[in-house]
Amino acid sequence: MLDITISRGTTVALPKTEFDLLLADLRENGYQTVGPRVQDESIVYTDIQTLADLPRGVQTEQDAGRFRLVQGASNNYFDFIPGADSWKKFLFPPRVELFTVRKGKGWEYAEAEAATPRYALIGVRGCELAAIEIQDKIFIRPDFYDPTYRLRREGLFIIAVNCLHPAGTCFCASMGTGPKAQGSYDLCLTELDDVFLVEIGSELGRSLLAKRKYDLPSAFVQNIANQRLSRAAQEMGRVLDTSDLPGLLTEPENLEAAHWDEVAKRCLSCGNCTQVCPTCFCWDATDSVNLNATRASRTRVWDSCFNPAYSHVFGGNTRPTIRARYRQWLTHKFGAWKEQFGTLGCTGCGRCITWCPAKIDHVAEIAALRKEVNP
Amino acid sequence: MTSLLPQSAPPTAGHPGKLIQPDWAEIVRITPETEGISTFWLRFIDPQVRERYRFQPGQFNMLYLPGYGEAAISMSSDPEDEERLVGHTVRFVGTVTKNIGRLKVGDVIGVRGPFGTSWPMKQIEGRDLVLACGGIGLPPLRPAIYHIIRNREKYGKVTLLYGARTPKDLMYPEEHEEWKSHDISMEISVDRGDENWDGRVGVVPMWFYNFRIDPRNTAVLTCGPEIMIRFVIYEGLARRIPAERIFVSLERNMKCGQGSCGHCQIGPYFICKDGPVFPFSVLQRYVNVEEY
Repeated sequence: MLDITISRGTTVALPKTEFDLLLADLRENGYQTVGPRVQDESIVYTDIQTLADLPRGVQTEQDAGRFRLVQGASNNYFDFIPGADSWKKFLFPPRVELFTVRKGKGWEYAEAEAATPRYALIGVRGCELAAIEIQDKIFIRPDFYDPTYRLRREGLFIIAVNCLHPAGTCFCASMGTGPKAQGSYDLCLTELDDVFLVEIGSELGRSLLAKRKYDLPSAFVQNIANQRLSRAAQEMGRVLDTSDLPGLLTEPENLEAAHWDEVAKRCLSCGNCTQVCPTCFCWDATDSVNLNATRASRTRVWDSCFNPAYSHVFGGNTRPTIRARYRQWLTHKFGAWKEQFGTLGCTGCGRCITWCPAKIDHVAEIAALRKEVNP
Repeated sequence: MTSLLPQSAPPTAGHPGKLIQPDWAEIVRITPETEGISTFWLRFIDPQVRERYRFQPGQFNMLYLPGYGEAAISMSSDPEDEERLVGHTVRFVGTVTKNIGRLKVGDVIGVRGPFGTSWPMKQIEGRDLVLACGGIGLPPLRPAIYHIIRNREKYGKVTLLYGARTPKDLMYPEEHEEWKSHDISMEISVDRGDENWDGRVGVVPMWFYNFRIDPRNTAVLTCGPEIMIRFVIYEGLARRIPAERIFVSLERNMKCGQGSCGHCQIGPYFICKDGPVFPFSVLQRYVNVEEY
């Protein structure tokens, strides 16, 4: 090991051969290392042990309603842009038991069985990091916190990665969340041919990195990384004009624009956009009992504002049409969210566009709405 | 969040556990009200919870029936009940409420709460009050009526407009005389009368044409079917009562009670936490947006 003092903010060059040791060290410290793998013709976030588990040399082609893996020419591990999966599932699980009760004299709570997992997330993109910070505002508030989310969040170790090859549906530059990862991480990687440039974001990150063999990067190498990063910012597949948001989507007269009827003809109300969205937070609770009705569980599951039952009340449905449901989603995400949580609900990851089976491009829809109301 | 909104009690006012895990309460009394509607009087089993639990008129609880789920129900009892019983008037219409309807005295039920904003009883002191409600909209106003009776000198003229489908559907009839004896003028109307009915037949909002109000000093509290609320608001505004002084209680699908599950949103507001009671002024911009 070189005799270099490293601290928060320092960038070092870590040979890729050292990375597996870093992962092993995380596991020894009680973390479950999760990262991207090629699975089901997509990229899935799941358990990984070593760099070899990652999608080496894989790039992605993405457009509205289209996602394809392509074997690229490089040997890099982070050349792809993520698939439908997001890190949301680790902090806000799609299905989690809230509690179980047992029938005694009345009802009593059964002991919770599962311990809270500690995750090390490997390869969190700028848009994804921003998404986690948006969900923090929802689930950890001064007046309320969600215990499941908070325990998982507080135990989190984050290795971020700067995106160098944006996909066709990316617009993080418009939302100010990427391609360089911002916000708080423990370590942040920029991938070059043989090394990762690693920026230290936390004391925990520093202490783990300190045990590895690394160099200080030359100005030349740093320049290459910076150039690639600024080129990536120029290569965004989509650009969203945010100058009139949230107002464009919250003004009552705009909520009655003809364009909503037009989108409604194409939208299937399938809810894919909400399920792939890394910030969508709506949930429902379902109940189950054992056969002799002595144990009952309450389980939280992801819900979607596209689900007709979502807005059901006795006597009817407050959003009975696809027009109303699509409008609710878009105007919440890019409009009302700002007043609720101080930020828009979108980070520009582009998943909602890529995974829409009807190829609805929300960036284009916002532009079309703008054109209609401000001709 | 905009300062126009009334303050909701902090969700931890009960205790932190209420956010996810209900507290247990025993049903100590069941009062049948009308066909398919009963009031369930609950007493928390844990003495500490019983001691700590307080609610304001207009707030609601999530009632939990293991295996069936939760339902948001407004409290309909006196917040200062001496026995510390908490009353919920429940209409048996959904999976949870229908099965609550099958419970008996002595059965145990889960309770999370209280949630949401309350009728602004302090803010409207000194005002003439019009309480306009229809059907199951009366129960959430009953705690306000008890509060007014207990503090009668703090309020001016009080008028309770109450509409029901038929005379048989009128709730709490045994209390009406008591309310009137505290100088609350009660104006009851039904959609359809019967052979014994000699009262008014008609809809609640039309009552505004039958009496004079002083718009400079009147506040309106309204709860009931959305269509009735809408026309009560129109009549109030038509008489120059400012939108900030017309308070409405809204209903939407709710799962959590703390602005987390997302279901009850209208524009930037979560009805469970920023409502259910809103001054109409904050909702005004959305009121004519269809299916919003």
